[in-house]
Amino acid sequence: MSLTNEIIKEKLIGKFGDQLSNFEEPYGLLGFEAPKDLNLKVMQFLYDDPELRFQFLTDLCAVNYPTLPGRELAVVYHLHNLVENVRIRFKVFTPVEKPDVFTATQLYSSANWMERETYDFFGVNFLGHPNLKRILNVEEMDYFPMRKEFPLEDQTRVDKDDAMFGR
Amino acid sequence: MSTDHHIKLPEGSIEKTTTTLNLGPTHPATHGVFQNILELDGERIVSAEQTVGYIHRAFEKLAERRPLYQITTLTDRLNYCSSPINNMGWHLTCEKLLGVKTPKRVDYLRIIIMELSRISDHLICNSVMGVDSGAFTGFLYVMQYRELIYEIYEEICGSRLTTNIGRIGGFERNFNATAFEKLERFLAEYPGVLKEFEKLFTRNRIFMERTIGAGPISAERALNYGFTGPNLRAAGVDYDVRYHTPYSSYEDFEFEIPVGKTGDSYDRFLVRNQEMWQSLHLIRQAYRKVQEFKGADAEVYHADAPAYYLPEKKDVYTKMEALIWHFKIVMGETEIPPGEVYHSVEGGNGELGFYLISDGGRTPYRLHFRRPCFIYYQAYSELTKGAMLSDAVIVMSSLNLIAGEMDA
Repeated sequence: MSLTNEIIKEKLIGKFGDQLSNFEEPYGLLGFEAPKDLNLKVMQFLYDDPELRFQFLTDLCAVNYPTLPGRELAVVYHLHNLVENVRIRFKVFTPVEKPDVFTATQLYSSANWMERETYDFFGVNFLGHPNLKRILNVEEMDYFPMRKEFPLEDQTRVDKDDAMFGR
Repeated sequence: MSTDHHIKLPEGSIEKTTTTLNLGPTHPATHGVFQNILELDGERIVSAEQTVGYIHRAFEKLAERRPLYQITTLTDRLNYCSSPINNMGWHLTCEKLLGVKTPKRVDYLRIIIMELSRISDHLICNSVMGVDSGAFTGFLYVMQYRELIYEIYEEICGSRLTTNIGRIGGFERNFNATAFEKLERFLAEYPGVLKEFEKLFTRNRIFMERTIGAGPISAERALNYGFTGPNLRAAGVDYDVRYHTPYSSYEDFEFEIPVGKTGDSYDRFLVRNQEMWQSLHLIRQAYRKVQEFKGADAEVYHADAPAYYLPEKKDVYTKMEALIWHFKIVMGETEIPPGEVYHSVEGGNGELGFYLISDGGRTPYRLHFRRPCFIYYQAYSELTKGAMLSDAVIVMSSLNLIAGEMDA
């Protein structure tokens, strides 16, 4: 038996109906979006379902979209079914004022540090995390450096008039 | 002896019954900047808390303003024991996003390089395990052959440790005769060396007693902890990105995936040794395939993707078109198509993934590295719980932790 993206999609829609949205398949990888309150339910379903069995958390990270009001932060999960060798990606969006997302540490031990890293750089507050504190940055830091509000200088900028060093 | 000699402390004055020991961050046995705060009961480890981040360099942030080809140098500095794999993984990610199809010869050359660096990676890890258990000889002996691998890199890209090898679409230049000569020498001499290396360790009683049963993990726990690479395979799960999601034409090759049973340090060592034999086997196959290309095909070393592949310098100086492309690429005039791509390769210590989001600008909108050892290092406290203090060191070196990769 082979698990195709269509089967996964059907099963997910059968379970969660139209709460899941934005199904897409960039480069053959099924991706979708879930409401942030449902992230654990979706993951648990993907984990437990005898056909889906997405029991390996490949990656967890966040993306900042300052231009989308109410959806500034996205947490992206990459899950892998190692038996059928199928990957999926799903995202939950959260407003930056209240960046609360449920933790996945109960399901995947590997989520522990990945969530700490995500918190460290984006300030996503993982509810229920056993030890949510900074991991790569110093603990005294009071901002979340990977957010787009902290831009790096653009090397191709044109507004800088520097005749000596010429940009 | 009478009891008078014992120190008498007032009732209830001892609150702590364990000793706290800081192992690292600059301990000679930790191979990199790792700190472990161990709680010890005598010599038994009660708990371990890992601190990471000492060499965090904000690569993900830096990548957000760099054009694709400049990010290659950042990937070098992740797992610096096998930088070519990181470089190739990054090029493959870009090629997937840009839709560049590489010729077969490029794929095979890449496999030669990737497998060489896998050997050098495993070689370091395994020989350092020897050092940590008291056998320095093996380490010094195999260093010569890592040197030979580095000389091969040098012929191809000009540098040794942080290689910046290859370009999006292929290599910056063809392999020269010296590179192939050195490769042949390596293929001829290395099997004997590896055999001797195995003779030094595999059935060495001291080594076996130090490593067998040190830091074991079951397959379920390993999967739950996100283990990949040799560490997962040592626990008995035959997951290998090269086989399950072939990239760079790995599907054209025959190789075995060695697995262990108990997931302890000894199994991890054995799996890595077996993988070195498989890598040698792969290099031989790839080299044979490369030799089969004749005439003009034997000169192909990059894809035909002028919008992303930097043209050769001599063409830039003599040909109009090459000059235009060079200018466009260097000045950042070639835009990346919008898209979202996850690509992973089998790195030296596990699945190395690149999650790239492009919004159509000149630089990635977001780039995330899935760094295998960052993910599996969190299992360390579980692996060492109840073990002896000396096991803490050997378990750490058997996990193949690379500080540069962990801290990104």
